[in-house]
Amino acid sequence: MGILNLLRRNTFEHGVHPQEHKELTCRLPIRRLPFAPTLIVPLAQHAGAPAVPLVKPGQEIVRGEPVARADGFVSVPMHAPATGVVDSIRLMPTARGPKTESIVINVYGGASQEVLYEAPRDVDSMTPDEIIQAVQDAGMVGLGGAAFPTHVKMKPPPEHKVDTLVVNGCECEPYLTCDHRLMLEQTDDLLSGIHIVMRALGVERAMIGVEDNKMDAVEAIAGRLADNSPVSVHAVKTKYPQGAEKMLIESLLGRRVPSGCFPSSVGAAVFNVSTLAQIGALLPKGHGVIERVVTVTGPGVRNPGNYLVPVGTPVRFLLEFAGSTPKANELILGGPMMGMSVASLDVPVTKAVSGMVVLEASDTELRDRNVQPCIRCAYCVEACPMHLNPSTLGLLAAKGEYETMAREFHLNDCFECGCCSYVCPANIPLVQYFRIAKAINREKAA
Amino acid sequence: MDTRLKIELRTSPHLKQAVTVEQIMRNVVYALLPVCAFAVFAFGISVLALLMVTTLTCVLGESLFCRLSGRPSTVNDWSIVITGLLLGLTLPPGFPLWMAAVAALVAVGLGKALFGGLGYNVMNPALVGRAFVQAAFPVAITTWTPAFLDKRFSEFIPSTLTVPFMQPPALGDWIEQARVDAFSGATPLALQKFEQISTPVSDLLTGMTAGSAGETSALIILAGGLYLAARRMMDWRIPLGVLLGAALTSLPFWLMDSVRYPDPLFVLFSGGLMLGAVFMASDMVASPVTPRGVWIYSLFIGVLTVIIRLFGGLTEGVMYAILLGNAISPLIATVTQPRVFGAAGKDPRA
Repeated sequence: MGILNLLRRNTFEHGVHPQEHKELTCRLPIRRLPFAPTLIVPLAQHAGAPAVPLVKPGQEIVRGEPVARADGFVSVPMHAPATGVVDSIRLMPTARGPKTESIVINVYGGASQEVLYEAPRDVDSMTPDEIIQAVQDAGMVGLGGAAFPTHVKMKPPPEHKVDTLVVNGCECEPYLTCDHRLMLEQTDDLLSGIHIVMRALGVERAMIGVEDNKMDAVEAIAGRLADNSPVSVHAVKTKYPQGAEKMLIESLLGRRVPSGCFPSSVGAAVFNVSTLAQIGALLPKGHGVIERVVTVTGPGVRNPGNYLVPVGTPVRFLLEFAGSTPKANELILGGPMMGMSVASLDVPVTKAVSGMVVLEASDTELRDRNVQPCIRCAYCVEACPMHLNPSTLGLLAAKGEYETMAREFHLNDCFECGCCSYVCPANIPLVQYFRIAKAINREKAA
Repeated sequence: MDTRLKIELRTSPHLKQAVTVEQIMRNVVYALLPVCAFAVFAFGISVLALLMVTTLTCVLGESLFCRLSGRPSTVNDWSIVITGLLLGLTLPPGFPLWMAAVAALVAVGLGKALFGGLGYNVMNPALVGRAFVQAAFPVAITTWTPAFLDKRFSEFIPSTLTVPFMQPPALGDWIEQARVDAFSGATPLALQKFEQISTPVSDLLTGMTAGSAGETSALIILAGGLYLAARRMMDWRIPLGVLLGAALTSLPFWLMDSVRYPDPLFVLFSGGLMLGAVFMASDMVASPVTPRGVWIYSLFIGVLTVIIRLFGGLTEGVMYAILLGNAISPLIATVTQPRVFGAAGKDPRA
């Protein structure tokens, strides 16, 4: 395998090649979505402690105004996505399942898209700590889908010396093109975001990884880089899950993040392009995260596109705006490999929602076949980017031996990319088993 | 407008690769069909009848055992057709049909259904069936007839139509009578082992020899293997490992005594090694799931085959080598678990 490693360039071992379907939207410029009459802003739409509301029902709010504050370091504030009045603060359904305390806003008819609530500042003169504080104040979370508070990642443990900012422009999920469009249309915001974060992290180098199915984005970025720029852009192999941070670090730096460790342990910090573009656009103005680009696509959508969607927009509004076909039968927030299908059209778009993929019944036929016994074809073993043995893990899961899975078969290294379930010819719901196993192990540990 | 839209709730991944178990099994059948066609071409209607009996008995047996055990019928997954065809291909061309039916019943019953059906069998079912008749009918399973007899399409080999539960007639006189050219009824392995007569490799490749119904043309078997490997429906490492193991084991013996011991090329292309390496050792269910384990497993089979061939009482050792390989494959898988991503790092579990 050592020789293979030498020969390998800009990719990682294993992974899968799902059909991309990006042609539906990759040439459609980002368009602004109008305000829905009611917006729902969940207070827990990021990893960490839920935000604490600053407003009361009946209170008028201005677009961009903070409506909830961070509760501690691993938490972020919320900002009003539109001018209007707070209807109530109550439990509302979210894509994750359980109802969550949310600020419900009635938007004023004809409310302006302009953000009036701002505090311009000179980012260049800010210290790293001031930048990190400003990023938290902006309510910034990982917009690639993880929703982990961004400022926390900007403060790696002191024993880890971070030398490279890895910029994730892979967008390896099928169907999604929001990052692709953003790299083309908001290149300058992206680059200024990269420079801001480099300064905060104190790193000399940034590497942008873009899958080689988006060469126009690679060229657009390369065209803006000076010859001696500390920022470089690299085409990496189009392969799912190239955009997983451990995979991308290996592809770009040739370093393997040790099992159970964070990227900072190998000197890397990974940020998504959409996160960085928002940092570059918002920080100088003192704005908060109130909207994001969402790819609305799939065979079940009449007018696919990339929309700039206010946070809190109900999925129903977005779907009605884009139009759905009569055969639409599944609605996924995020990409089709790791995204969540929603149970209700009343759930809102949150900061981490990168796409809304609508599938028709015929798209899911293959998945609805009977589950057959494992024939040990080893497809899953050859697909797992973490080099686990999903076949054996699946057999153990069926027997309920969850502790053995974690103790002897590295269950906790699984980041649920779904490659194993995707390839399984026997249609065994492998990653689904692993999620259950992990959840039960967590419960037992608690 | 879309207020009545019905949506379903599922968990990711929401996409699915199109390859199914049925497709894999069906493609193995496709790859076997040329081998079957050549077997019928070389040995005539007796082999046609043989293949039909083993396949039909396997299919009927599978549906019977599924019914008896109260499981849904798994005949549609095509795996049992592979078992039937493979079993037929490993038997001598003139093998009595009633014995072939017994072999097929044992294959599907003891080899597969008893363990719980597809995915649960420990060993290759076709070889379990063959191992049983090797023990039960030692004479019939080592009675070979020459290939390319003139009357092969008009007349059965006399032993084929033996009355059930009767011993087949001796074929010596019939072979003497039917033989028109130089083809002998002895297999290349027997010629080599007992008379030190080596058959040219070109004949072994093209199937101009005697042997079990489907093992004679290494070339057609290889082509089937290449097809499956190209479609990723067979692990290419397994045939390669088996052949490598066999060649490397036979090499020193041949270097020591090239009269008594066969040369590695002869070892590779004679007997059932090619058929076993490509179509039987590579049985997904009975081989290890781990990449490193696959190498150990396949090399083990190759080495064992040659040891049995060179030192055993039998001329052929592929069958037992594969069955033993199957038996230890769970153990191999256990000790060759893949090394998890980042496990070599110096900072485990921060």
